[in-house]
Amino acid sequence: MSDEPLLRLRGVARHYGHGDSLVRALDGIDLDVPRGAFLSFMGPSGSGKSTALNTLGCLDVPTAGSYRFRGVEVTTLGPKERALLRRHWMGFVFQGFNLLPRSTALENVELPLGYRGLPVRERRERALQALEDVGLGGRSHHRPDELSGGQQQRVAIARALVVAPDLLLADEPTGNLDTATSLEVMELLTRLHADRGITVVMVTHEDDMAAFGQRIVRFRDGRIEADEAVAGAGGAA
Amino acid sequence: MRLWLDALRLAITQLARNASRTALTSLGVLIGVAAVIAMVGLGQGATAAIEQDLSSLGVNLLFVEAGVRRGPRASLPAEPLDLADADAIGRQVRHVEAVAPVVAAEAQAAFGGRTWDTGLQGTTAAWLGVLGRELAAGRVFTDAEDRGGAPVCVLGPTVVEEVLGTADPLGAELRLGALTCTVIGVLTPEGENTFGMDQDDLVLLPIRAVQRRVVGSTAVSQILVSADDPEHMSAVARDVDALMRQRRHVTSDSAVDFSVRDTRELAEMLGSITTVLTTFLAAVAGVSLLVGGIGIMNIMLVSVTERTREIGIRLAVGALPSDVRLQFLVEAAVLAVFGGVLGVIVGIGGTAIGATVLEVPVVVDPRIVLLSVGFSAMVGVVFGWWPASRAARMEPMEALRHL
Ligand SMILES: Nc1ncnc2c1ncn2[C@@H]1O[C@H](COP(=O)(O)OP(=O)(O)O)[C@@H](O)[C@H]1O
Ligand SMILES: [Mg+2]
Repeated sequence: MSDEPLLRLRGVARHYGHGDSLVRALDGIDLDVPRGAFLSFMGPSGSGKSTALNTLGCLDVPTAGSYRFRGVEVTTLGPKERALLRRHWMGFVFQGFNLLPRSTALENVELPLGYRGLPVRERRERALQALEDVGLGGRSHHRPDELSGGQQQRVAIARALVVAPDLLLADEPTGNLDTATSLEVMELLTRLHADRGITVVMVTHEDDMAAFGQRIVRFRDGRIEADEAVAGAGGAA
Repeated sequence: MRLWLDALRLAITQLARNASRTALTSLGVLIGVAAVIAMVGLGQGATAAIEQDLSSLGVNLLFVEAGVRRGPRASLPAEPLDLADADAIGRQVRHVEAVAPVVAAEAQAAFGGRTWDTGLQGTTAAWLGVLGRELAAGRVFTDAEDRGGAPVCVLGPTVVEEVLGTADPLGAELRLGALTCTVIGVLTPEGENTFGMDQDDLVLLPIRAVQRRVVGSTAVSQILVSADDPEHMSAVARDVDALMRQRRHVTSDSAVDFSVRDTRELAEMLGSITTVLTTFLAAVAGVSLLVGGIGIMNIMLVSVTERTREIGIRLAVGALPSDVRLQFLVEAAVLAVFGGVLGVIVGIGGTAIGATVLEVPVVVDPRIVLLSVGFSAMVGVVFGWWPASRAARMEPMEALRHL
């Protein structure tokens, strides 16, 4: 995997349904994402952005094509191996936060550490640190419904980052947030990207948010329409 | 290990959150386990009670009867025993201490306007010694009264109480159907046996009096034989058997038309009946345990569907399908074991109450308790398997899209 990019997609297609109702959510995309990049997926609703992101995150399996993550062909892996890839290298941030509603912020952030087999005490320490890092040190015992949208999303980011992933995948992370909160969350993501060298792929509708990244990949009808550097982004890949 | 502890902690949290659902679901297992424990406990208590009863009869007692028993009640018709058989046993078999022929009949006892339905035992004076009964007052029949079938009788305390009341029993003229007899003795009270039969509700008469004046035949229903020493029991039984074969002209084993039984054999026979009964009831109770398991499966399926999104989240943050399966399996097992442990408590309580009502000793077999708890854990795992596998097979993306 010497000079292979972190992610490498060739002719990836994802079809839903059959016959007349066939939907080509992805219709053959090629994409290389080098280590340390910060990409934004943009495009109209239904153009395949989420499908592409879920494919990158091994949450979904392509119908055709090749996807190599860290040099490993993912399309032929079973559910367990894909889960192991997620466990060891990936973090997710969703538009709807996807926190466990009845667990506290701390418990939510501890969750991935439990599956990595860490002792309870170490889970606690690392989760508290992660909450501290996203500016929620004082909210660790609040449940999601006691937190604002921006705070919930920061808990989700802490949960994604607590395991120090190689790849952070965010599907419209600011989609449910007001502008001010959105900017805060984006600043947090940018800082984590810069400080920790995490590769970030993000789906967004908003040019303002995409501007935080280095590269914009534009989707239309399941294909990549354009792949351009963000003007003024320092050190674009 | 940590994986299991996590799953256990998670299961307990989850079940505590849905307290009423947890309670209702484990109720099925609770009832099943409680029923199994109570049934087996009462069955064993009844067996123990029967054994106690029979051992109080004495270990050196044989019962000779005509006919071949095919069960507790059914017996094939056969030439009845008679007094000559009893005589022969007494004279020809070594190590016999006493022989008491018995013929039983029902009759209404009447005295001074009061009546009472009771059982007549036509027998000899040897009856007392053979069964270990004693006289509270008076005397037993003399040899002459025995042989002559004199109209004299010895009463059980229940009959005295019901018919004679406060009148002095000794010397009273008691009417027994067509027969009038003079009361010459009263037995000491013995109480009820395991089957609730009052052992004091009887009238002893010389056997010939009952044969001639009540049943109208020379048949003897049973011959009680006691050995001079418990060690001689098997020899006595063997010799009685041989003598009876000879007297009844039995030439092959299949033609044997009488039985010689000792108390241990009786205990075994009755014990095997209660064992069959207990097994049957426990099987019925076991079915309710299975129904409890189906309840668990049902609720686990509901739970898996409700928590689809949670499963998606867990898969996204690093759970393996096997972690998800473990989580739900442990939850089902905890649910079942919770019901099982409560079931053990309720079952032991039920056994205690039932044993008091039925007047049998309380017997709780620790093996049954362990078995029930283990079995309920197994029920949880077996019936939790399908729901847990369904959870584990979920595609993460589809699960996350679930609302
Ligand atoms: N599970 C699914 N079943 C059927 N069609 C789907 C499914 N998921 C997505 N699609 C379809 O695939 C296309 C792309 O969806 P998506 O990737 O979610 O678009 P975007 O995120 O760009 O809005 C849409 O037409 C959508 O309806
Ligand atoms: Mg989308």
